[in-house]
Amino acid sequence: MEQVIMNQLSYPILSTVIFLPVLGAVLILLSRRSWEPSAKWIALGTSIATFFLSLPLFLNFDKSTHKMQFAERFSWIPEWNINYFLGVDGISVLFILLSTLTAILCVLISWESIKMKVKEFYISILLTTAFMIGVFCSLDFFLFYLFWEAMLIPMFLIIGVWGGPNRIYAAIKFFLYTLVGSVLMLVGIIVLYLYAGRTFDILELMTKNYPYTMQMWLFWAFFAAFAVKVPMWPVHTWLPDAHTEAPTAGSVILAAVLIKMGAYGFLRFSLPLFPEAAKAMTPVMLVLSVIGIIYGAVICLGQTDLKRLIAYSSVSHMGFVTLGIFALNSQGLEGGILQMLNHGIVTGALFLSVGIVYDRTHTRQIADYGGLASVMPVYAAFFMVFTLSAIGLPATNGFVGEFLILLGGFAANKLIGVLACTGIIIGAAYMLWLYQRVFFLEINNKIAGLPDMNVRETITLLPMLILVIWIGVYPNAFLSFMHASVQHLLDRVNSGGMQEASIAKTLMEVVR
Amino acid sequence: MNFQLPDLAPMMPELVMTALALVVLLADLLIRKKEVIALISMAGVAFVALTLFYAPAGATFGTMYISDGYSTFFKVIFFINVILSVLISIKYIAIERVNYGEYYSLILFSTIGMMIMASAGDLIVLYLGLELMALSTYVLAGFIRHDIKSNEAALKYFLLGAFSSAFLLYGISLVYGLTGTTDIKAIASFISEKGLADNLSLLLSVAFLVVAFGFKIAAAPFHMWAPDVYEGAPTSITAFMSVGPKAAGFAVLGRVFLVAFASAKVDWAVILIPVAILTMAVGNIVALSQTNIKRMLAYSSIAHAGYALLGIITANNDGLASMMNYLMIYAFMNIGAFAVIIMLRSEGFKGDNISDYEGLAKTHPLAAMLMLIFMFSLTGIPPTAGFIGKLYIFMSAINAGYTWLVVIAVIFSAISAYFYLRIVMYMYMKEPKTDVSLTTSFSNGVALAVTTVAVLVIGVLPASLLELAKAAISGF
Repeated sequence: MEQVIMNQLSYPILSTVIFLPVLGAVLILLSRRSWEPSAKWIALGTSIATFFLSLPLFLNFDKSTHKMQFAERFSWIPEWNINYFLGVDGISVLFILLSTLTAILCVLISWESIKMKVKEFYISILLTTAFMIGVFCSLDFFLFYLFWEAMLIPMFLIIGVWGGPNRIYAAIKFFLYTLVGSVLMLVGIIVLYLYAGRTFDILELMTKNYPYTMQMWLFWAFFAAFAVKVPMWPVHTWLPDAHTEAPTAGSVILAAVLIKMGAYGFLRFSLPLFPEAAKAMTPVMLVLSVIGIIYGAVICLGQTDLKRLIAYSSVSHMGFVTLGIFALNSQGLEGGILQMLNHGIVTGALFLSVGIVYDRTHTRQIADYGGLASVMPVYAAFFMVFTLSAIGLPATNGFVGEFLILLGGFAANKLIGVLACTGIIIGAAYMLWLYQRVFFLEINNKIAGLPDMNVRETITLLPMLILVIWIGVYPNAFLSFMHASVQHLLDRVNSGGMQEASIAKTLMEVVR
Repeated sequence: MNFQLPDLAPMMPELVMTALALVVLLADLLIRKKEVIALISMAGVAFVALTLFYAPAGATFGTMYISDGYSTFFKVIFFINVILSVLISIKYIAIERVNYGEYYSLILFSTIGMMIMASAGDLIVLYLGLELMALSTYVLAGFIRHDIKSNEAALKYFLLGAFSSAFLLYGISLVYGLTGTTDIKAIASFISEKGLADNLSLLLSVAFLVVAFGFKIAAAPFHMWAPDVYEGAPTSITAFMSVGPKAAGFAVLGRVFLVAFASAKVDWAVILIPVAILTMAVGNIVALSQTNIKRMLAYSSIAHAGYALLGIITANNDGLASMMNYLMIYAFMNIGAFAVIIMLRSEGFKGDNISDYEGLAKTHPLAAMLMLIFMFSLTGIPPTAGFIGKLYIFMSAINAGYTWLVVIAVIFSAISAYFYLRIVMYMYMKEPKTDVSLTTSFSNGVALAVTTVAVLVIGVLPASLLELAKAAISGF
């Protein structure tokens, strides 16, 4: 296994960050119902512990190699040749940190707003976190699928139990959409497994070459799962409902991490496993991305609901991500990955911010706000930074990501690049207009006299603010993680294709 | 004439089980506390399970009776089924005011029938076992004499069951007419030697047998009885017959089609593939609109028969092992679900409407959580056992080249998520309307604990069960 660097730390770091939240959930389950605050304290404790235990991933990461690091491997189901196999590379490592950070913020933002079924809520949050981390570090398809699907259960409950008025519809729609996509991927996984000689080992599967038609079928089977999760146009319709109806923490998890898993799937599986098909399908994917970018942005202009607006802006921003990925060059890919991170930070922060005022006003209608800048000045400042980052202003993280993506996009196809730029312009329009309607104008009577953010809320938003500036000013701190892995990925995509082409050529000669 | 007693050792479990059923029948006359009889039955079944591992493998009564890994695995399913069913029955039949000892002996007799079916090496023995199983279940379905729905269930089950038995006999007689034997192995060699695979009357007999077995496993379009019978029968019996007779049906289906008609696979695959698709479609789609939870689980059980049929269609050892594995898992998750359902039945409250589950998570969080686990397991979401079961079936079917069939199956499986989720939604996302009080009992708690642990453990650590199923099939 020359592709893997086993874990060198004194503790199995990846297993720890996956199973510590599970342990926390079990503790909450066993805690006495009569004293409900115990649930949130346990949740906060475990999520903070998880975050700090995950920090070595950032500090000890070897940036010079594309190999999987911090790997752990045990035989699990020998009957099917399934291993418990974890590891991270430059593509996945940052998302684990993002997940552990998000977990803390989700617990903090829910501190006072969740009043019923408190135990169940924090159990769900912790389990979702655990499963999401599992998705990002699984190197065995079985394990991956297990986490991928298992995550639906707590997420379904988060949306459906603690959500807004239309929550049940949104929860079921979310579940069914993702499930249909996932089960098609499952068929694809089994086909791969059998074709490659009964192995679920992702690294081993990546070393093999698959026939072109099979690649094509499997690409679309995996597309079904990933495109729904991203979500790409036209299978995005679950997202606005889910985002809007979910409680704040649910929206944050969805925005910050969950929908990244789709794009991550493209990067981790679709490109290296089916390089030929991915290349052949690039035009389709680019067009879908651009439609997503523009469609999402235009729809945003017409929204009257704060959360729904941000939800549609997610569709637009994730369009940039898939555009970067399928530009299939290093700028595009790195930009795409960074933008996944950025979108997680910014959209997560925006949902957190909306949650903060929603807790005070219990309305999401933009028309119910106005003049908030003079009522909650600190809050307005935070929101401004996040707005500017969402627009992609230089010195914020949004700029770096979108710039790289557009660079890659132009290199791939000029027209696509130009069209994607219009998305940025509309993006500036709807975000600034939103800011104007909420924070400036006359003070709306409904919001007069609201207290500004308290310490807990400020602490919740602060990490996101720091990240926005940090990535914006010194992106290399994060981009440097990706270089080796992205280069390796590109080599795989290109060499895989060349081999296929040469095989096709020889075949043609034989036929002649 | 020299009469020699056949070797009885391989059928020790059946003999002991028969003795047990008779003892229970007699004990009913002497013992007033029926709980004791339940206890005797369970202890007895546990003892029979022990004899199962000491009884030698092999054929006896000529080759009419076969004891092998295949039959042993199914018998384990039957024992799990009978013990769990008795556990959930004890309190329930007292509430239904049908606390009679015959209940337990009938359950045992029915199980003997299933055991004989699993071990049948001859179509006549198969028929014997099937009738013993069926007749006992007809009575059990109508056990709540004072409930009109229970009566209706029994009558419907009996009439349609008798009808399907006739099909079975007709099929057997056609096979006999064609091959001159009812011995399963002899039929197989006769068909392959004489090249009868595309004989029209063989096809006809195959069709008749599909009807008869399809009835037992509740496959569409022979499923019409299932919803009414499941709804009307005592809930504990619904649990019992959604697992036992179905597994027994699959046991004979596997043996007859994969041994006797092994060389005529093209014939029966052509019939079974549409049946499987139709079964999944009817089960999953009609379940969407049910308002009664027992009816919903009836359709769900139809749908699960459809998935398990893929294992038969795969027609190799891998497929059979996946089918057996699936039935074992199904036994745990389905009876687990019924163990929750049965708790909602209390004096003067039927509790079998889906709307009765509104807000259960608020009033009874533990019961709701267990139901949630079973519902997700039935959907096939990891990390529950249901996922492992489906994955194995799908893997073996794809390996045999039925990828398109698996795609259909996963789509229906995704559709099924809706009606299972609906229960979760009612429990967790609605406010309680009526004051539902749960009937808890120690025995039911044991059943719940066993099934929950099984569903979760098999979901995470399936290795030993998979090995067991594979080992069971190795000598098939």
